[in-house]
Amino acid sequence: MNAIDKIHPHSTVPALQAVNEFVVKFANVNGSGSASANQLFAKAILRMGVPVTPRNIFPSNIQGLPTWYEMRVSEAGHMGARDGTDLMVAMNPQTWDEDIASIMPGGYLFYDSTKPMPASKFRDDINVIGVPLTAITNAAYTQSRERQLFKNIIYVGVLAALLDMDVKAIEGLLADQFRGRDKLIAANHQALRLGYDYALANLQCPIGLRFRPSDQVGDRIFLEGNAASALGALYGGATVCAWYPITPSSSLAEAFIKYCAKYRVDPDSKKNRFGIVQAEDELSSIGMVIGAGWNGARAFTATSGPGISLMQEFIGLAYFAEIPAVIFDVQRAGPSTGMPTRNQQCDVLSCAYASHGDTKHVLLFPEDPAECFDFGADAMDLADRLQTPIFVLLDLDIGMNERLCRPLTWDDSRKLDRGKVMTAEDLIAGRVFGRYLDVDDDGIPYRTYPGTHPTKGAYFTRGTSRDEYARYTEDGAAYQRNMDRLVKKFETAKAMVPAPIQRDAAVPTRLGAIYYGSTAPAMLEAAEILAGRGIHLDLMRVRGFPFAAAVGDFVEAHDRVFVVEQNRDAQLRTLLINEEEFNPKQLAKVLHYDGSPITARFIAETIAGLIG
Amino acid sequence: MTYLSKPKMHHPDLKANALGFTRRDYEGPVSTLCAGCGHDSISAAIIRACYQLNLQPHRIAKMSGIGCSSKTPSYFLGASHGFNSVHGRMPSVLTGANIANRDLIYLGVSGDGDSASIGLGQFAHSIRRGVNMTYIVENNGVYGLTKGQFSATADKGAKNRRGVPNMDEPIDMVSMALQLGATYVGRSFSGDKDQLVPLIEGALMHKGAAFIDCISPCVAFNNHEGSTKSFDYVREHNEAVNRMDVITGRAPITADYAPGEMELVRQHDGTYLKLKKIATDYDPTDRVAVMNYLQEHKARGEIVTGLLYVDSDADDLHGYLNSIDAPFNTLSDADLVPGAAALAKLNASLR
Repeated sequence: MNAIDKIHPHSTVPALQAVNEFVVKFANVNGSGSASANQLFAKAILRMGVPVTPRNIFPSNIQGLPTWYEMRVSEAGHMGARDGTDLMVAMNPQTWDEDIASIMPGGYLFYDSTKPMPASKFRDDINVIGVPLTAITNAAYTQSRERQLFKNIIYVGVLAALLDMDVKAIEGLLADQFRGRDKLIAANHQALRLGYDYALANLQCPIGLRFRPSDQVGDRIFLEGNAASALGALYGGATVCAWYPITPSSSLAEAFIKYCAKYRVDPDSKKNRFGIVQAEDELSSIGMVIGAGWNGARAFTATSGPGISLMQEFIGLAYFAEIPAVIFDVQRAGPSTGMPTRNQQCDVLSCAYASHGDTKHVLLFPEDPAECFDFGADAMDLADRLQTPIFVLLDLDIGMNERLCRPLTWDDSRKLDRGKVMTAEDLIAGRVFGRYLDVDDDGIPYRTYPGTHPTKGAYFTRGTSRDEYARYTEDGAAYQRNMDRLVKKFETAKAMVPAPIQRDAAVPTRLGAIYYGSTAPAMLEAAEILAGRGIHLDLMRVRGFPFAAAVGDFVEAHDRVFVVEQNRDAQLRTLLINEEEFNPKQLAKVLHYDGSPITARFIAETIAGLIG
Repeated sequence: MTYLSKPKMHHPDLKANALGFTRRDYEGPVSTLCAGCGHDSISAAIIRACYQLNLQPHRIAKMSGIGCSSKTPSYFLGASHGFNSVHGRMPSVLTGANIANRDLIYLGVSGDGDSASIGLGQFAHSIRRGVNMTYIVENNGVYGLTKGQFSATADKGAKNRRGVPNMDEPIDMVSMALQLGATYVGRSFSGDKDQLVPLIEGALMHKGAAFIDCISPCVAFNNHEGSTKSFDYVREHNEAVNRMDVITGRAPITADYAPGEMELVRQHDGTYLKLKKIATDYDPTDRVAVMNYLQEHKARGEIVTGLLYVDSDADDLHGYLNSIDAPFNTLSDADLVPGAAALAKLNASLR
């Protein structure tokens, strides 16, 4: 007799059977301490060598509202979100009905059966596993905080038994996590075993979903995009960070604080080789970044859509006065406050053309934490080389979720490229200095750092029009020369931003898809699904703006190109049409914008529907 | 406009300072402000202060926002880097520049529209962060470039040129600066060079957030009967609490005042502020007493001027940030990049 049989002896559909390919979703209450238990569970799966992609789905709230942790387990390597849940760990009575509804037919429900639930609250096509978690926890612990925290570990123990996991791997993780605090380790091990042993003794273990050790994780690491971006900025030589807290970007600046404390304290003087200021608002944070960039320090801010709106005027100044700045925009669903804890790629246009007047800005689109690191470092070089703001456009999905990605790499022979800086020696040697003089015919002028030389190289930086020698002028010809040079500089940037990555279909095709950022894993899986249905797509992942020439070649080589994005207005498509003058009819929209991460199924169904 | 450069001719008798610079070396192109504008007097005072302090012009960074006052950095210290930023946002740009390179002297020049209206937030936060700077507000109570609208420092009841009174309470930036923790606070009048020059000198040598509110009448829009920021009104209501000399280096300190009338304040860098007391009961080192004094005298309609407050042991933002002494733009790759080995170790911890 087992718990499944007790309630629904016969599910009306066969119970799901899967090894290393399923979705487990935890429904929790925000602030209940479930996050660390769920993360522990995910890491244990990775230690078994099985790839897993977790996603936090959480409200704009500190305590009390529903939160979910969804884990896509996929030995095949599919990392995009997938619809439907195969095993629901329903720990939140508030969301019971929708949680039950999301279970796939034949799927599993795991719940706390301490209080009996009426039969009407279940479905007859799922397998129900009830464990009296509260009763077990309360019998073992007396303090309420202990009860709350250990209940989470107990259910991890139950799941380990149900899914045939290596409980020793979890114990090892706990030992790592609480290294040096033996009492805590023992207490967690005890809670884990409480759940594990209960399940073995009382439930039919394992169920139809199970883990099997694999070698598919390899040397990959598990990291959040925000933390990776902060590391990239650090490796890129950023010394100044000015920021204002805003979800989902705050953890980027906080990670920079943490990594600076680890890597950037002068060992002799114990003083910091960095300056980080939490500003009073986004206007101030970008102002500080620009001030620091003007003075030759590498500086960045991290923000999200509302911050980008507030920074507009300053971004125009940095563009026009040609001051390096790096802006990490961890996008969330807008407009206005929108859905602050939900995902979108909706700031593409507001960043590309930020500020009044004629402006264009360089954008980088990382697909995962490893690219967040690479682009974070590259952005620092690009800002100095191009003397302009550089936007790194992440989104919540890659910024705030831990993602399995290739290890971070750094070439020790790499030198930070500070761009065109005229030194005191250059000036003494008689080199002509005109702050806005295009001496190399690439649109990029030389600059001097303030304080370089007593009599040479000083100039006045301003947002008003000026001539090649930084002298104020309202002369139309001088203004136009300057504006045209800025366009030339933007052309120069085309060869500097990360090149797009093309993946051709197995068979020749006239259909293509363009995508970017966090859409990548779902797009790759969708292409597999579509190929299985005889629809073959060549793929191009755009990684930077201005667009490289290869993007134009790709569109020209296809009759129809699907532009897949996570916003309502097809913003990248608009940018492609506006900048490259493509025929809009050639570019079909595939748009996902309900705030959840885009899925392969959505992309495949939409494209199949458009093809008809 | 600033394309009008001044003739490079120097008067042969122009006296050079200890660095060999004459006053002309601290000047900039010709001002484009109205003839008689108070702001030009402040520019002249800045030039004189830098000359007298033997500062190297290129080691000063002059920052401003937008407005008449913010244009003035074009007209002084032509050999310094300058940054005319966006309206009301000079403080953040200055703060960032200062974090990046603590070796330069930061001079922020702003106006009452720039700092008390659109930029009140940035003014407040730069002061409370203790940014090492000299922050001068050239305060005329009106917007000049847009033809005479009241600013947030206009006194309640003060009349514009058409006789319409301002009905909003004024923002007193000196009181705010004191409340927000400025460690050097002065108020002066553009028409009183003898008071203003040493106040600027003391501020430039001060470590920490130094704020000077300098009333600077707008001859075009706010110098009429009924204005409380006119030359006549300010002269009539000016109540100086002290007179000051700044003594640098090894210059002898002469006691030319009777005992009890003089106070010496030693600043962080070794300069002395020699204060001649005018209000004998006034103690510029007692923040709370100063705030009380200012409120009482303001209620009597007096404009209290002089060195109002100084904390000679002040620290600054770099102290709070514990940042290294070297300008960040001089750090080498080795100072900045932890390298591949550290990254490999980090990767290992993320598995």
